[in-house]
Amino acid sequence: MTRTANPPAYGGRYVPEPLVAPLEEVERAFAHHRADTEFTTKLDALLTHYAGRPTPLTFAPRLSERAGRRIYLKREDLLHGGAHKTNNTIGQGLLAHTMGKTRLIAETGAGQHGVATAMAGAMFGIKTEVYMGAVDAERQAMNVYRMELLGATVHRVHSGTQTLKDAINEALRDWIAHADDTYYLFGTAAGPSPFPDMVRHFQSIIGREARAQILEAEDRLPNAVYACVGGGSNAIGIFDAFIGDRDVALVGAEAGGDGQRHGASLSSGSSGVFHGMHSYFLQDDDGQIAEAHSVAAGLDYPGVGPIHAELRDSGRATYKPVLDDDALAAFQTLSRLEGIIPALESSHAVALAMESAADLPDDALLLINISGRGDKDLHTVIADQRTGGDS
Amino acid sequence: MNRFRTMLSTKRDAGAFIPFFMLGDPSIDQSFELICAAIQAGADGLELGIPFSDPIADGPVIQASAIRAAQAGATVDRCFDLIARIRRDFDIPIGLLVYYNLIHRRGLNNFCERAAACGVDALLAADLPFGQHDRFADAVAACGLGSVYLVSQNTPDERARRILEASTAYTYAVGVMGTTGQRESLSEETRGFVRRLRALSDAPFVVGFGVGTPPHAVDILRHGADGVIAGSALIRRIAENPDRFDTVIENVRTFVSDVRTLRERNACSS
Repeated sequence: MTRTANPPAYGGRYVPEPLVAPLEEVERAFAHHRADTEFTTKLDALLTHYAGRPTPLTFAPRLSERAGRRIYLKREDLLHGGAHKTNNTIGQGLLAHTMGKTRLIAETGAGQHGVATAMAGAMFGIKTEVYMGAVDAERQAMNVYRMELLGATVHRVHSGTQTLKDAINEALRDWIAHADDTYYLFGTAAGPSPFPDMVRHFQSIIGREARAQILEAEDRLPNAVYACVGGGSNAIGIFDAFIGDRDVALVGAEAGGDGQRHGASLSSGSSGVFHGMHSYFLQDDDGQIAEAHSVAAGLDYPGVGPIHAELRDSGRATYKPVLDDDALAAFQTLSRLEGIIPALESSHAVALAMESAADLPDDALLLINISGRGDKDLHTVIADQRTGGDS
Repeated sequence: MNRFRTMLSTKRDAGAFIPFFMLGDPSIDQSFELICAAIQAGADGLELGIPFSDPIADGPVIQASAIRAAQAGATVDRCFDLIARIRRDFDIPIGLLVYYNLIHRRGLNNFCERAAACGVDALLAADLPFGQHDRFADAVAACGLGSVYLVSQNTPDERARRILEASTAYTYAVGVMGTTGQRESLSEETRGFVRRLRALSDAPFVVGFGVGTPPHAVDILRHGADGVIAGSALIRRIAENPDRFDTVIENVRTFVSDVRTLRERNACSS
């Protein structure tokens, strides 16, 4: 083999040469262990006894009444750590542990992936360092404290926009220098191969459970599945099991921001090559990566995973922007009607489901992935109320 | 024949010195002045970068350089114009170093054609590893450009050999495991890497990343590299002397001529 064939439409491994060998090493280890009984037995035990899987599927009666359609919530907010991120960090953490790596690094936006990585690092006894944009560290100070409590070192990133994009840049730079002993625990279904497929694999348990649970509860599949999309890991996690069910609509809620500034790469971005992958990005005419904006730090990223780019182009999934204000309203609605405080990220999915419910048949079933809980967002919501919604 | 190949074969014994500059840093005109000064001081070739918003292979000095250049208005078009201006005055080999999205956004063929028309001799995309993109090599060759691929210390021998053979201008050997930026000294790992590459192939390779001082540069040449690239060690002068551009020019001239002097002394003693 002297050359690969034409590059895949999306995805790929667009990285500087020093990262080629480490990515191949991860790819080989993942290919070997994903089907290995010893590995999968350990992983299943950890997901059950440590992380608390399966998570419930909750019927939301008062939200359903408001929407005029039956709505179910997949409760990743109840997973250990408070978000779906734990599925991935336990999976990749176990892989890193099995590979004999002695140091974990990770990027984080909202801090949820950083916290989940710090938990995995503590549990497996691997030293953990997390890169976080200084702006994000400011607005998610509680998660910084949680990471430190769990024994991780948090590096505040002051370059660029000081958000998730820059945290990834800095983590990649770290990995270039320390690939021999370090495992880069990538947090979303994006980045260079094999991360998109591997994160999809570890998150796909969300959809497998949800599909079985809704069949159990209703004896039929949902008409539509909703999830928020930043990098896209919780969305591909719940979509994956339904991709073959052609009658189930898959709907992604992107960060619509304030309408001007946003994080909607699939709705408003264009084809680009960045962070190791060919996908959709927010960028200018020269190809300089643009600044994203969202009230939800976890959606504040100017790109998206390549699997969503494929699903968008094939029409199998649709993606729509949800404004900050609509997500904030959905945050309140779900809290008051169901006693469930969703993450601001997940609130985007709730808002989109409520908005589009009327377009579905009267007897439609809607499934929303509540990817995380909203405790981390209280100060953002309080600040928004104080400024009269002008934040 | 590619200007780099011609130059590198001429310089085979002594080794070539190639400074890296960010196009448009600190301004388009001053960038031109700085590059001219390096050529006049005796640079054998140039490696020129177009600023990118998120340079993941670069350390703090070159990141800051890209930000200054972007703020000074160094768009892709203006960078191409600046290269054409340099090419009008000099016959020196010019390599262009970019991040792949700048090529992708303009279109692979369009980008290569424009680069060739401006007088670029070789194209390197820092985040496009060898083998990732089948049409890249063809597009580069079709425009008469030379290709440059990175090779690093963790590249296995067989892949390194293929990279050395596939690079039609030269192979860019990443001297350190890390991002760009000068290091205090030349490590034993770097020396061993240079010797390993030399043993793999006669094809020309140039070492960059981490080259901090003229003695450091000459030491790399002495261990068998065909050339050496220094970037951060030169570019940091711009930030260190914000209001004294004459000093920046003088520092760069001194660095280049020191490499030449040491290299000649080295050639006489060996």
